[in-house]
Amino acid sequence: MRSAREALMASRRAPLLSALGVVTIAFSLFAFGLFGLVAINIRKALDQVEERVEVRAFVSDSTDIESVAAAMKDIGDFPEVARVDYVSQEKALERARKEMGEFADVFEAGVLPASIEVHLRPGMRSPAIVKSVADRMKTYQFIDDVRYGEEWVDKLYRMRTIATVAGIALGVAFAAVAVIIIGATIRMTVLARAKEISIMRLVGATDMFIRLPFLIDGLVKGVLGGLLALVFVWVANRVVNEYFIETIFFDRQMIFFGVVGGAMMGVLGSLVSVGRHLRRI
Amino acid sequence: MIRLTDVAKEYPRSGVALAQVSFEVKKGEFVYLTGPSGSGKTTILKLLYMDDKPSQGEVWINGVSSKTASGREISRLRRRIGIVFQDFRLLEDRTAEANIRFVLEVTGAPKATIRSKVARVLTQVGLASKATSFPRELSGGEQQRVAIARALINDPFVLIADEPTGNLDERATRGVFQLLRDINASGTAVIMATHDLDLVRRSNYRTIELNHGRVVFDSSESPASARPFDEPFEVRDTPSDSTERF
Repeated sequence: MRSAREALMASRRAPLLSALGVVTIAFSLFAFGLFGLVAINIRKALDQVEERVEVRAFVSDSTDIESVAAAMKDIGDFPEVARVDYVSQEKALERARKEMGEFADVFEAGVLPASIEVHLRPGMRSPAIVKSVADRMKTYQFIDDVRYGEEWVDKLYRMRTIATVAGIALGVAFAAVAVIIIGATIRMTVLARAKEISIMRLVGATDMFIRLPFLIDGLVKGVLGGLLALVFVWVANRVVNEYFIETIFFDRQMIFFGVVGGAMMGVLGSLVSVGRHLRRI
Repeated sequence: MIRLTDVAKEYPRSGVALAQVSFEVKKGEFVYLTGPSGSGKTTILKLLYMDDKPSQGEVWINGVSSKTASGREISRLRRRIGIVFQDFRLLEDRTAEANIRFVLEVTGAPKATIRSKVARVLTQVGLASKATSFPRELSGGEQQRVAIARALINDPFVLIADEPTGNLDERATRGVFQLLRDINASGTAVIMATHDLDLVRRSNYRTIELNHGRVVFDSSESPASARPFDEPFEVRDTPSDSTERF
């Protein structure tokens, strides 16, 4: 209680420094938040492309429907498989005509073979897994050919790996920059009160007693900075949505962790800054 | 009450600050620490309030040993010691009263006692009418009185004063010195570092003189006339022992 009052009093005595602290934290978290927003949107775009990864097995014309149904049930039981659809010759024709409107007349009944279309579960779309599903499907005698756009799946997977690695590296770098900036901001507060701290020590205040108001100050600044950063990111997201492309925003859980992360950075920054200062004097 | 046994202090950069320093201070005693700049006065005071630890030897103060004192013990000890500096070290953004109250607040004193205690010490140092003044509105002598009031608020058993009159004119010096005598008369020991030989000469208190980090004279061990005090201190050019970082 006393520590909270002391933290509040300190902010009142130096309102400009406190405001500067909150804004600095907000901007460093804003940069991190923008990066996070770009990352989740890239991830979502890749997920959408990945959803289109499918394995198509073309069925011989003479195959009876019971055999196909039995095979579809087998394939549907593969752990990697999310959904299995049957595309009859008629449906294939209809789809082709729809997709290639200009050349609709070129396609005639019976030109296109029937096929089994297999959609894979999320996380089961790596080249190795797709190939293994395709290979197993090839073992059915009535399957003429299996296609899954091998090259395309490879490229997509490589892109995803690059995006993940770059995302982690940039995320760590942004987080490190945010931590350093927040630490420096809080250090400014500590230095501004260095004389007060030294007198507190000389008159017999314990280190914990000195530390606590700073920790509360860091916590409050972290939360306020986090919320302010959230508003900035939200505004930036609205602007991008309005004038450029449609993007998604953080969900509630991410927002919660973002603000808690800001608070933790504030507390950690305070702990390190005050700790260093107390060791030095 | 206070005992230094074969105390030595060395700093990595400035070298030896103290060597083989031993003396005792009894309850209620008034002791001057004199000597030229860099002779080790401030270092001894810092060892007394345990802002630093000796490189060798031991400092005992009120039952706490420099060899074994924990952080908590040091904090508790400092609540029973009053410390006064040449530069007052008041918080500029607080009134005289708030500067004094601050000590009680950081040591967790009950609210009810704070007001009456602050009023009492302000009266004791003759500044009852300046309670709401900020340090910048006070003269040097008055600021030092506020600092002394702050040091007295916890009823210390010893008042440690590092050149308390160093920044004051003669009149203010006399006032502050009289105040320290009054405090001593009420039973609080006073250990005062000073260059002011006139002040030392004018009173009959025990004097410990330091030079090059060693005790070169202690009036409690020698006849009062052994150190004539009219020889100027030898001033040396070695780095100052003052390692203040405030």
